[in-house]
Amino acid sequence: MNDQTLTAEERAANLKGMGCARKRVEDVRFTQGKGNYVDDIKMDGMLFGDFVRSPYAHARVKSVNKEAALALPGVIAVLTAEDLAPLGLHWMPTLAGDKQMVLADGKVLFQGQEVAFVVAEDRYIAADAAELVDVDYEELPVITDPFESLKSDVVLREDLEGQTEGAHGPRKHHNHIFTWEQGDKDATEAVLAEADVVAEEMVYYHRTHPCPLETCGSVASMDKVTGKLTLYGTFQAPHAIRTVVSLISGIAEHNIRVISPDIGGGFGNKVGAYAGYVCSVVASIVTGKPVKWVEDRMENLMSTAFARDYWMQGKIAATKEGKITGLWCHTTADHGGFDACADPTKFPAGFMNICTGSYDIPMAYLAVDGVYTNKAPGGVAYRCSFRVTEAAYFIERMIEVLAIKLNMDAAELRRINFIKADQFPYQSALGWEYDSGDYHTAWEKALKAVDYDSLRAEQAQRVEDFKAGKTRKVLGIGLTHFTEIVGAGPVKNCDILGLGMFDSCEIRIHPTGSAIARLGTISQGQGHATTFAQIIASEIGLPADDITLEEGDTDTAPYGLGTYGSRSTPVAGAATAMAARKIRAKAQMIAAYLLEVHDNDVEWDVDRFAVKGAPERFKTMKEIAFAAYNQAIPGLEPGLEAVSYYDPPNMTYPFGAYICVMEIDVDTGEWEVRQFYALDDCGTRINPMIIEGQVHGGVTEALAIAMGQEIAYDEMGNIKTGTLMDFFIPTAWETPNYTTDHTVTPSPHHPIGAKGVGESPNVGGVPAFSNAVHDAFRPFGLVQSHMPHDHWRIWKIANNLGMHG
Amino acid sequence: MIPAGFEYHRPGDIASAIGILQEHGDEARVIAGGHSLIPMMKLRMAEMGHLVDLQGIDELKGIDIGAETITLGAMVTQHEMITHDGLAVAVPLIREAALQIADPQVRYVGTIGGNVANGDPGNDMPGLMQCLNASFELSGPDGIRSVAARDFYEAAYFTAREDEEILTRISIPKPGAGVGQAYEKQKRKIGDYATAAAAVMIGNGQASVAMTNLADTPIWSEEAGAWLAGGNIEGCVAAMLDAIDPVEDNRGPVEFKKHVAAVMLRRAIDRASSRAG
Ligand SMILES: Cc1cc2nc3c(=O)[nH]c(=O)nc-3n(C[C@H](O)[C@H](O)[C@H](O)COP(=O)(O)OP(=O)(O)OC[C@H]3O[C@@H](n4cnc5c(N)ncnc54)[C@H](O)[C@@H]3O)c2cc1C
Repeated sequence: MNDQTLTAEERAANLKGMGCARKRVEDVRFTQGKGNYVDDIKMDGMLFGDFVRSPYAHARVKSVNKEAALALPGVIAVLTAEDLAPLGLHWMPTLAGDKQMVLADGKVLFQGQEVAFVVAEDRYIAADAAELVDVDYEELPVITDPFESLKSDVVLREDLEGQTEGAHGPRKHHNHIFTWEQGDKDATEAVLAEADVVAEEMVYYHRTHPCPLETCGSVASMDKVTGKLTLYGTFQAPHAIRTVVSLISGIAEHNIRVISPDIGGGFGNKVGAYAGYVCSVVASIVTGKPVKWVEDRMENLMSTAFARDYWMQGKIAATKEGKITGLWCHTTADHGGFDACADPTKFPAGFMNICTGSYDIPMAYLAVDGVYTNKAPGGVAYRCSFRVTEAAYFIERMIEVLAIKLNMDAAELRRINFIKADQFPYQSALGWEYDSGDYHTAWEKALKAVDYDSLRAEQAQRVEDFKAGKTRKVLGIGLTHFTEIVGAGPVKNCDILGLGMFDSCEIRIHPTGSAIARLGTISQGQGHATTFAQIIASEIGLPADDITLEEGDTDTAPYGLGTYGSRSTPVAGAATAMAARKIRAKAQMIAAYLLEVHDNDVEWDVDRFAVKGAPERFKTMKEIAFAAYNQAIPGLEPGLEAVSYYDPPNMTYPFGAYICVMEIDVDTGEWEVRQFYALDDCGTRINPMIIEGQVHGGVTEALAIAMGQEIAYDEMGNIKTGTLMDFFIPTAWETPNYTTDHTVTPSPHHPIGAKGVGESPNVGGVPAFSNAVHDAFRPFGLVQSHMPHDHWRIWKIANNLGMHG
Repeated sequence: MIPAGFEYHRPGDIASAIGILQEHGDEARVIAGGHSLIPMMKLRMAEMGHLVDLQGIDELKGIDIGAETITLGAMVTQHEMITHDGLAVAVPLIREAALQIADPQVRYVGTIGGNVANGDPGNDMPGLMQCLNASFELSGPDGIRSVAARDFYEAAYFTAREDEEILTRISIPKPGAGVGQAYEKQKRKIGDYATAAAAVMIGNGQASVAMTNLADTPIWSEEAGAWLAGGNIEGCVAAMLDAIDPVEDNRGPVEFKKHVAAVMLRRAIDRASSRAG
């Protein structure tokens, strides 16, 4: 039983713990169509909801006539704001301190806004009835441009009229939401005034959408006998949803059970609270029956949370030699009709103040103005920590723009300005303490891997050939070195709706030496069941294969703030390690008792405690687990379980170096990614295969965003890219090959040194692709142009540069 | 994305299908592969009381390679056209173009008949059929008639077909030996309709040129073909640019589309010429 024939390495390998490329345990059910998503949930007597949505971007709702809809057989109810008002549920609070209409209360502010909720016996009847609801609109002037909005007499939010104080300070105009300022304005402007060189550009990060494969939905079931509400939904933060539902509905929190079942991708889209969730709950309370609401793809793109839409005016100052002396940024943030951003309360522009990036910039200033327009609300972190992709794109464009101004190689300019390894922990000018990093090592490794100097030589030759009429293709080398800030976050400055952003893990060891762990997070494809079991395996010496992971049921899981902003590993992963260590501490006492030695006389050895100096005398974790349930040990409670709530002392700062080599046809605007190299440093690597999968997926999303994906509106506020015909999602065909690589710089404050990786590839990928396009045209005079770089926009760059003869 | 209700019919022969169409008038619509029609129904942009499924009609199937003429049944799928070796030898252009339609899933069910009858200027087969000088056989209450592809398209979604007629077959004159053919299409991604596409045949002193998604119908230009037959590529391109009338949309502004149209046409001419001889 006590197998002494295996070496420590062999025993460690058998655990499939940290560092093991363990296959995803989730895939067994996903690849066989056995997942259980919200739309798979079927309940007896379940009703179906569907929305009547506004065709107008800005209109007064003069009346809603339900008669014809109610007359259709099978229709149970048609809810409007009037019906919700007595319950106080016609408006709901947003995560950003604003409020949002659940159903149109007198007016609509964006195309696709929810006006009425039809409840019927089946999904088809609900859709037919929605057509029969007759809404009388009076069109109002539409504003889709945030700069115009701040000048316009048109008041978008009449409910806020006269309110000069918003959730984040004074409002400057009736369409203004907040101003958020960081850094030293005067000192930064003084640096700019005295600098040898200042480069200035507008960097626009266009509006796009997370577009998860599974759209948003919920099933609410109010049991009138027990008074219990069960709410299944596509929630990235099930506990927070439970608390919000309790606060706005008045149902006691212990009577609400929120369940996030399998989730088919979130990417930030499933963080917020949506009208559909509220309406399904109200409809279930009203009818006493379960009510399902699931949006379709077009509804998802037009009404549930968008991402980005930041206009970032930048100035970057440097010496003649290229040493950056200051950075200035003013951002105009288009939030749409309601401020429904998902950011920690004190950060209305998220962590945009990470915009000094990987560089040692002594002085900086950032201001962000949030603005209302007639577009859908949102502004979520689409596969990035809060506004970190915007920040990374901004600084990585500004570096390129500065390199052009200095007539310098952009790789060299980065090298000169990186924060050095011995400067960590590093205090940034905009207030962060970077935990660890070694940027120069990563950078040199990346440049060497792609043979940077030969690429530049090839590019120079290509320019010659183009000018000589030998080719119509140009070559771009897109460089990026990004630094993220993830793992929100320390409770002292990070909360959402007042809920501190700690996270949690509870572990129970069963008598036979297997275990179940429950977390406050929820996987949406990240593979938590695989990786968190690996952390526990390494910490307590039970095989990962013997550990079940459960998340998403608020009746069983400990409270946590959910999964987004790459926070699961930095926060819940830390809680997992800490809970495991509590178990190990108790196990040590049990082992010592069983071995009849003092607690301090045993030491941990992979999967067992052994007597110091006598390794042949040991108790394995399996044996200890059984003893915990079968022996009366003096001074110890029976059982072996622990829970940990982890409040991180700091954020973590993953980083990486990405290089994209792109061929561009100047006549058609078509592009081809010839090479993509991604080096990630996410600290300790828990599962290299999962990391690689996350990088492949994230870079592919970045490719989509940079090269074509957008939520575009016409001047009437009609969404122009509302289906997947126009909203770009790459298929296998468009997806290039990726080379992944890594360095390892552990986080000094995280129990296992891990930093989080799920979002790095989107943060780093977007500037890498965009910089490749810009770089291809740099020799022909391009300084700055806006994403997405779809065919016609690339063609337009070439056309403007006179490259079409 | 939930279609309105409808009555479903599945006739076994052409005559019964026409009978159902006659009985219900413009309340009825035929469905072939459904990959243009069903999306429109889900958007509730097409609503009909009666859907007449053509899948059960054997007369509408099959590919026949004759000595002079190739005949395609309306229900031949794009996948069948791609995998039919005889067709690939007789008119390689069809396989080349069909491979650039949508994606394999769509091509397994989408039919040639639906593609040409639909009248969507984005469909690739109409322009191709005009280039090949195909003709469409229509069966209706008053019997059978034939309309040249070049005369079939009137405006977006308006064709010479009457509501009660079914498009049954497509006849294509076999291109002579030595005729080079090429299909060039620019699209934003797999599964996308053309930003611009060009079908070109050239050889034996003759040429035929058609373009797709650059006007509200496919554009076959006799003049452009004549210039090309005479060896004047610039004249051909100029004539075609004169004939097209693109509009701005998500694929780009008009000036871009015209530029790309010329690029596609030149590339198709180059490749077709290299294959002629
Ligand atoms: C994602 C996607 C991408 C696509 N991309 C392309 C593309 O790049 N290029 C392209 O050409 N097409 C594309 N298509 C369309 C596809 O090729 C369709 O299958 C084709 O246009 C219609 O063929 P169908 O058999 O599906 O016709 P259906 O959808 O069944 O019918 C289309 C129309 O034609 C009518 N009709 C059908 N058959 C007959 C008949 N025999 N007689 C009279 N009327 C008839 C129907 O009533 C209907 O109005 C795409 C479709 C999708 C879903």
